[in-house]
Amino acid sequence: MFTVIGERINTTRKPVRQAVEARDAAFIQADVKRQQDAGAHYIDVNAGARVGREREDMEWLLDVIQEEVSIPLCLDSPDPRVLEAAYERVERPPLINSISLEKERLNNLIPFLRGKDCGVVALCMDDSGLPKDADEVLDRARQLVEKLEGIGMPRHRIYIDPLVQPVSTRTEHGPQAITAVRKIMTELEGVHTVCGLSNVSFGLPKRRAVNRAFLSLMMAAGLDAAILDPLDASLMATLITSNMLLGRDEYCMDYIDAVRDGRIAD
Amino acid sequence: MHELFQEIRSVIISGRPKEVEAPIQRAIEAGVPLDRLIHEAMIDAMDEVGRRFTAQEIFVPEMLASAMAMKKGLSLIKPLLTASQNVSRGTVLICTVKGDIHDIGKNLVVMMLEGAGFQVMDLGVDVTVEALVEKVRESRPQILGLSALLTTTMPEMKRVIETLEAEGLRDQVKVIVGGAPVDEAFALRIGADGYGADAAQAVALCKKLVEVA
Repeated sequence: MFTVIGERINTTRKPVRQAVEARDAAFIQADVKRQQDAGAHYIDVNAGARVGREREDMEWLLDVIQEEVSIPLCLDSPDPRVLEAAYERVERPPLINSISLEKERLNNLIPFLRGKDCGVVALCMDDSGLPKDADEVLDRARQLVEKLEGIGMPRHRIYIDPLVQPVSTRTEHGPQAITAVRKIMTELEGVHTVCGLSNVSFGLPKRRAVNRAFLSLMMAAGLDAAILDPLDASLMATLITSNMLLGRDEYCMDYIDAVRDGRIAD
Repeated sequence: MHELFQEIRSVIISGRPKEVEAPIQRAIEAGVPLDRLIHEAMIDAMDEVGRRFTAQEIFVPEMLASAMAMKKGLSLIKPLLTASQNVSRGTVLICTVKGDIHDIGKNLVVMMLEGAGFQVMDLGVDVTVEALVEKVRESRPQILGLSALLTTTMPEMKRVIETLEAEGLRDQVKVIVGGAPVDEAFALRIGADGYGADAAQAVALCKKLVEVA
């Protein structure tokens, strides 16, 4: 199954920030309901935009969202204290977004994650910066899996993010991400791979067209989760169609259902 | 000379780094004054590239191709310049602040600033306040550019400005800020001298700041 993590509840998006500032629960609830209906499996929650108020904003968001939807949440923060507080507040096992090999983050989050009932997004980032090729991504993925398995986290709860970089600044960034996913899914059998889609198209016109093609190629390489906007109908159509073409949609049922619901444009 | 300048301009504007060498060699052999070659043909072309990028007529990869053509062209001319032929438009010290290792945006700014004729010192990513202040003291740049991509590292920019003030260096350098979560209001609030939303705006801002300085 392909896991869709809905990215819309992020306070760096202006309407969300305004709703959080005004404590407008109805706005947030309408949004997450639509994401759930559109096929999201998790709702990502990022309350980082208001410096110094992240924890209270996060707690308010979690309460409001869980009143409305029944799918689990993806707790998105670099701050272990915020994650700790958020973890205590969720009703279903969440995804923790995210850990990385950056020393400070790693050292803070490994003790936190020990024994917790959750999945984790693990970024292939370390203190030296972004990975330069697919082998470096794989090497970092391996280190992350070792650390997480070391505290008893099973592979099926680990979501490796290979870190997608824009093709506009270096065309090799496309094949780097695609090859990295293929290598991770082969060499580290049992883990998931996840990524955000919009980075790849930074600096280019008609970004959504680029994001759609990229999703399809990444899925062919083995990507089985993505952080995306489930309300982007054409992106979701690409997802459903690609899933079928990769042999993961028995009797093409999901695809045909989507056509009947008007979710696949000609 | 006019036609040769047109050709060089066109090669740079359309971003064809492989074709820049021939016309520049011809210009050098023809004895064209090098400062005029740089300013009237090349920097002028990059100004046009910046204008087109801001107008969204061209996109990041095209801008990068132009910057590569510019860089290659300049590398042919620079060894021939005498000490008195200073073609630098100004000096910029730039980095991504401490705790932040994102450098794609910053690298674009560096390339475009170099293309516009600025002399750029790039300290890289995750740079501490102390290292930065030391470098400002030592190399006296006209402009200090700070980049951050995370809401958690934005406050570091404020810390840099406060430390420059405490060290009595603030009035010697213009501080400009940029990065996805940064905006004009934030720049004003922390007492920066300017904000650029993208690489072309950063160049325009630097030009403005060194003119008034």
